[in-house]
Amino acid sequence: MNAHQKFYWVMAGILALLLIASLTGAVLSYQVRTEAGRAVVQNLNSRIRAWWVMIAVFAVAFFVGKDTTVVLFAATSFFALREFITLTPTKRADHLPLFLSFFVLIPVQYLLIGYGWYGLFAVFIPVYAFLLLPAFAALAGDTDGFLERTAKIQWAIMITVYCVSHAPALLLLNIESYQGQNALLIFYLLLVAQLSDVLQYVCGKLFGRTKIAPIVSPSKTVEGFVGGGLGAALIGGAMWWITPFTPLQALGMSSIIVLMGFLGGLALSAVKRSLGAKDWGSMIEGHGGMLDRIDSVSFAAPIFFHLTRYFFSMT
Amino acid sequence: MNPASSLLVGVMKALVGAYPRWQGCEPAAAQRIYFANHTSHIDTLAIWSALPPALRARTRPVAAKDYWDKGALRRYLAIRNLNAVLIERAREGRQGDPLQPLTDALQQGYSLIIFPEGTRGTEALPGAFKSGLFHLMQRFSTVELIPVYLENVHRAMPKGTFFPIPLICTIRFGAPVQRVADESKESFLERARSAVVALA
Repeated sequence: MNAHQKFYWVMAGILALLLIASLTGAVLSYQVRTEAGRAVVQNLNSRIRAWWVMIAVFAVAFFVGKDTTVVLFAATSFFALREFITLTPTKRADHLPLFLSFFVLIPVQYLLIGYGWYGLFAVFIPVYAFLLLPAFAALAGDTDGFLERTAKIQWAIMITVYCVSHAPALLLLNIESYQGQNALLIFYLLLVAQLSDVLQYVCGKLFGRTKIAPIVSPSKTVEGFVGGGLGAALIGGAMWWITPFTPLQALGMSSIIVLMGFLGGLALSAVKRSLGAKDWGSMIEGHGGMLDRIDSVSFAAPIFFHLTRYFFSMT
Repeated sequence: MNPASSLLVGVMKALVGAYPRWQGCEPAAAQRIYFANHTSHIDTLAIWSALPPALRARTRPVAAKDYWDKGALRRYLAIRNLNAVLIERAREGRQGDPLQPLTDALQQGYSLIIFPEGTRGTEALPGAFKSGLFHLMQRFSTVELIPVYLENVHRAMPKGTFFPIPLICTIRFGAPVQRVADESKESFLERARSAVVALA
């Protein structure tokens, strides 16, 4: 089976899942009686509708080609960084560094993927950007809260640009007898991370009793994490045929994606709440903002990338 | 709407969101004066982009002639795309009633977007209002006076910077300010200002 055939099979599976989800949502909205239940079902249905749109956008980008996929992730970083900076208290003195982050950093980071320059891609943000941006901020001469402001901007860039860019960077890897199929690895990463979120949400709503971190993230429960995480890891294992991994390796990789995704959701939820918000934004109906949807991917992507690179890539 | 205007609105939405929040009124076709806090050159565009297209066509922003009439690009933006009403700020340049272009536009049935502070401030909250709004309120007794608060725009493009950074800006539309019979100018202007501040 070539990459396109695998892609069609996975898409068919996802469409079937979405259809089932939409039907379930429709049935639930007829059956629900209580006011609180109605709110939950309404949110569930807008989440499902948003999934249709997100999957359509991703499928089109994936289908058109690698460049479009890279551009799609660049746009994702742009909107995620916009959400992060909107909630972060910055000052007039940060104007230039922020301008550079949006209009120089993001394009350069993704162009490096497009040109396949891995060495600079890996150090461009942690070395060059993290040294130069605070220096530019210092030039503006405002020392009030300088460390806090700089640290917050660096965190924002780290999560929304550096981490997220590791998903399309999977295209750079040169894996034996997997040439020309790397885009499927991006798909695999997103599939496992997002399924894990969805299944944890569903298991949490159905069986959730014991809260893991009630203050940081009230919706995360032990039952949800175990049930949803196991489910997503098993599905990830069963999807080994779209990856360069053996079934057992795929199970290991998907478990890591699930675990990192969970930690990402937890840590970014803490960041979000320390900035005084419940959602990152309102861009994706029912889900909140862009960052609410990709928080798990941002933590899972760099680890998945490096494990695959270390153990499977020839360069 | 011409394609350049659609492009302009598209760019504004991609950069700063310009999401409307109709908190005290609905986006209705009634003739209105929208008055807002003024912190940035993109304020006008932000409010204009937040309006639904149908209302946009009937709404004209009021802009300072000394800024927007300089240079081909600004003039193109202000006159061709925004259909702006340009007014003279400097006392020396004025002949006759400075509010005349505004009254003309209102008589033609247009709604207006105005910034009663007259100039951009550096703080998020508005400073004292100039008296133009009071005179318009007296002359046009049926036009609704809608307070508008621009959130985050002063961070996106503060006074003294030349390019905006992408931040999600929200445009809050409040409930119409009611007219009170025989109210003094100072009292009305302060009440109007408080209506904007209350949305913050």
